[in-house]
Amino acid sequence: MAKWMSVAQIKEKIEESSAEEVTANYLEVIGKSKINGYVTVSEKALEQAKKIDAEGHNGPLAGVPIAIKDNISVVGLPNSCGSKILEGYVPPFNAHVIEKLLAAGAVILGKTNMDEFAMGSSTETSYFGPTANPWDLERVPGGSSGGSAAVVAAGEAPFALGSDTGGSVRCPATFCGVVGLKPTYGAVSRYGVVAYANSLEQVGPLANNVADVAVLMDVIAGYDRRDSTSIDSKTEYQKALVEDVKGLKIGVPKEFFGEGIHPDVEKAVWNAIHKYEDLGASWEEVSMPHIKYALASYYIIAMSEASSNLARFDGTRYGYRASGENWHAMVSKIRAEGFGTEVKRRILLGTYALSAGYHDKYYLKALKVRTLVKQDFDSALSKVDLLMAPTMPNPAFKIGEKIEDPLTLYLSDVNTCPINLAGVPSISVPCGFTDGLPIGLQIMGKPFDEPAVLRAAYTFEQNTDYHTKRPPEVA
Amino acid sequence: MVYENPDGIRIGLEIHIQLNKLKTKMFCGCSTDYHNAAPNTHTCPVCLGLPGTLPVLNKKVVEAAIKVGLALEGEVAEETQFHRKNYFYPDLPKGFQVTQYDFPIVSKGKVVIEGEDGEHTVGITRAHMEEDPGKLVHIGSIEKSKGVLIDYNRSGMTLIETVTEPDMRSPKEARRFLDKFRNILEYLDVFDGNLEGAMRVDANVSVHWGTRAEIKNISSHKGVERALLYEIMRQKNVIRRGGKIVQETRHYDEGRGVTLSMRTKEEAEDYRYFREPDLMPIKTRELAIIDPEMDISKIKEKMPELPDAKRARFIEQYGITDMHAKALTSSIIFADFYEDVVERDNVKDPKIAASWIADVLLGEFNYRDVYFARKNQTSGKANMEGFSILGVSKKDKNKTYVFRNREMAEIIELFTNGEISDRSAVEIIRAILESKTDKSAYEIAEEKGLFKAEDDLVTKAIAETITENEAAVQDYLGGTEKSLNFLVGQVMRKTKGTADAKTARELIIKELKG
Repeated sequence: MAKWMSVAQIKEKIEESSAEEVTANYLEVIGKSKINGYVTVSEKALEQAKKIDAEGHNGPLAGVPIAIKDNISVVGLPNSCGSKILEGYVPPFNAHVIEKLLAAGAVILGKTNMDEFAMGSSTETSYFGPTANPWDLERVPGGSSGGSAAVVAAGEAPFALGSDTGGSVRCPATFCGVVGLKPTYGAVSRYGVVAYANSLEQVGPLANNVADVAVLMDVIAGYDRRDSTSIDSKTEYQKALVEDVKGLKIGVPKEFFGEGIHPDVEKAVWNAIHKYEDLGASWEEVSMPHIKYALASYYIIAMSEASSNLARFDGTRYGYRASGENWHAMVSKIRAEGFGTEVKRRILLGTYALSAGYHDKYYLKALKVRTLVKQDFDSALSKVDLLMAPTMPNPAFKIGEKIEDPLTLYLSDVNTCPINLAGVPSISVPCGFTDGLPIGLQIMGKPFDEPAVLRAAYTFEQNTDYHTKRPPEVA
Repeated sequence: MVYENPDGIRIGLEIHIQLNKLKTKMFCGCSTDYHNAAPNTHTCPVCLGLPGTLPVLNKKVVEAAIKVGLALEGEVAEETQFHRKNYFYPDLPKGFQVTQYDFPIVSKGKVVIEGEDGEHTVGITRAHMEEDPGKLVHIGSIEKSKGVLIDYNRSGMTLIETVTEPDMRSPKEARRFLDKFRNILEYLDVFDGNLEGAMRVDANVSVHWGTRAEIKNISSHKGVERALLYEIMRQKNVIRRGGKIVQETRHYDEGRGVTLSMRTKEEAEDYRYFREPDLMPIKTRELAIIDPEMDISKIKEKMPELPDAKRARFIEQYGITDMHAKALTSSIIFADFYEDVVERDNVKDPKIAASWIADVLLGEFNYRDVYFARKNQTSGKANMEGFSILGVSKKDKNKTYVFRNREMAEIIELFTNGEISDRSAVEIIRAILESKTDKSAYEIAEEKGLFKAEDDLVTKAIAETITENEAAVQDYLGGTEKSLNFLVGQVMRKTKGTADAKTARELIIKELKG
């Protein structure tokens, strides 16, 4: 069996042989992994595949294996969020997206590594140790959905689910040379996804090609009454897979090509834009003056929400437990021992930003900036159909290189986090290499205009071969 | 008369009521009927705050909050939203409480109470929706407890927190306010004040128009009055000794009847409120999109008649006294019971009915120290339609008293027709309350031989008495009034008590003096 297959190819393979065989193959590959992409491999995967074989392959993903980020609840599998504090916690309920996947017949291979509570851009803050980038095992896969991107790039899963709060799907997609979509806020239910920053995040697919991202979106997107921010957009994602960008108007925001960008990245992105021009699209530069404040605003909002979201982890009802002379002492100890350094830093900063006397200065100001960033997107996207820019200003860095310098690490989200502030859809597709490391093109659209985003991404893919390149180290 | 408020007392209240009559909790589908259930059996991932769960607002909560707003004559905000109040406590499974902050659903209302100097208006600052935490159960007493158990059955119940202006000028006014407030809410049918934890009160109080102290979490109206009396005395003593009142939060020790300092303003927690990102703002004028019945005009139409309006109507429609009307409307159950009884064919005079229900029946129930519930008749027995008042002993929940509306009507009918005496009527009422019998009032009267004696029987008894007691007759005619009592007693004895004493007396006088 070929190591990297599209969903369509896997479905053919299942009809030829069986879901059981396909799953067994993936489990074998996972067993030989060099990347530490999975934190849990499901013991029930084979059983699930057998059942699907017995039931006769019903559903759009019947027997197709998938990897799930470890912050998305799956009954029976630990949901650790890359943290010690959730030690032993196994959710008694499925996330909405998991219900949808299971109904579609997907086989869950396991849970993938991530930055602790999705706080990071390198998957190094995980309690389970870093995941290696399949393109260079000494480098990070990006984050926080680093495990999901890496297992897809390494052929350990055909596709995966990640979550994107400030770039957590698109950053690892870029670093690992795969496709990753951050859907419009509200397009995919967050029910069952452990919150880092509720107002910013969405579950998003990672795959080896644009078509598989669309396949996955058709399964997981849609209204869920359990998520009050969920919206019924009735989008048909696979219908958008049309190879045609004639007349497409592209905006290129110069603010996304700021200081510190790698020249090869800049070049690769411009090459991609010129490719679109060759295919019949036009482009113009657009200005988004408030983008320079987006990073600060993003971190204040995300940390503030996180400081509240993570308050529930007190070890009283589930998770890591330590003892203390009274409840407050016990909880302090549990949180001191259970959370990693980066999580503690963000909880402290978020608590500070929401505190009396600082609330207006930081939190409220960040909300005002958020409104301005949204307006920048509205205004730019009123003139053009899509925006294009580099996803990450630089390729994957070395494990350990930036982890001691949080500010530099935060800066790597500079091009991805504005999208979360605005809530618009954005995809990252492979568009080149520098020293053997993948580069990503970011395509951003209007709210719920995933079809335009997917169509552009698909057309680019059909006319380039970056998505067919495989990391030699794991081949 | 104007109340001078000599001690410059200002009392404001913060009242949490639990909307325990809604079927489900505030943000999940868990049943609210947990009061007799085993701990942690009415929970789900949402109200346990498991990671990844999200709140979905129960629309009935919004409807109930709007009803409360209308009943308090307040303004219902056009747009309202939820905030998170962040603090750590073991009963709080998410580490924050979803509540409302600067955009409460209701503001600027009022409640008119009977104050120290007649009608007195208490302003309502705001009323907002929030979720209830779980409940801590200490093993043994709080001080000596070796452990704490947590019951999350209560977690996620809906609370309405109402904040008043500091308009009450005495502990008595505070208690009257609470009685009135509770009565109004029970009329709205969103709240059963008798269930445990249904109503919790924090009271702010200051004397000499000075700094206030807040007394937390008092569970009864009586407790509020007592805690305030103590706290006013304490503050006056501090000032008399030249001390200063500090702004602080105090705990009321119900057993000792004292308030104790918990924390001062400097130690006050910072709750780091921010908008709950998992819930959308609510536009109260657009609720019809979700459900046509949620349209504010529809909710207004469906508002029940409230205590003051009902009281006025009772006086007007039934010609009863203000005192009776007030007593009858003090509980929606009694008000409904009264109306049901007076509308029955066999009850002719609403004034007599008011007296029997408000003075006698209510008195008998109160004597037994009960709280009231409505009990619908489901028995298949004929003539059992309508409902009963159920009295549940405050001291022992298993001790209950039931009184059917049909029996009340029958007793009033028998009395009005002169078939039973007033004493017999009271006896029947007591018999029904104590025996939980299925028998009708008529059957009880018959069984106990309470029907008034036939007229000719009485006439015969009088004739015999006069003949047999010559001396007493002469004494009476000679001016000794006491002898008349003796003669009446003889008649009663001969009729075995079935004669109406008053009638017998009149008949003897008529016979002897013509």
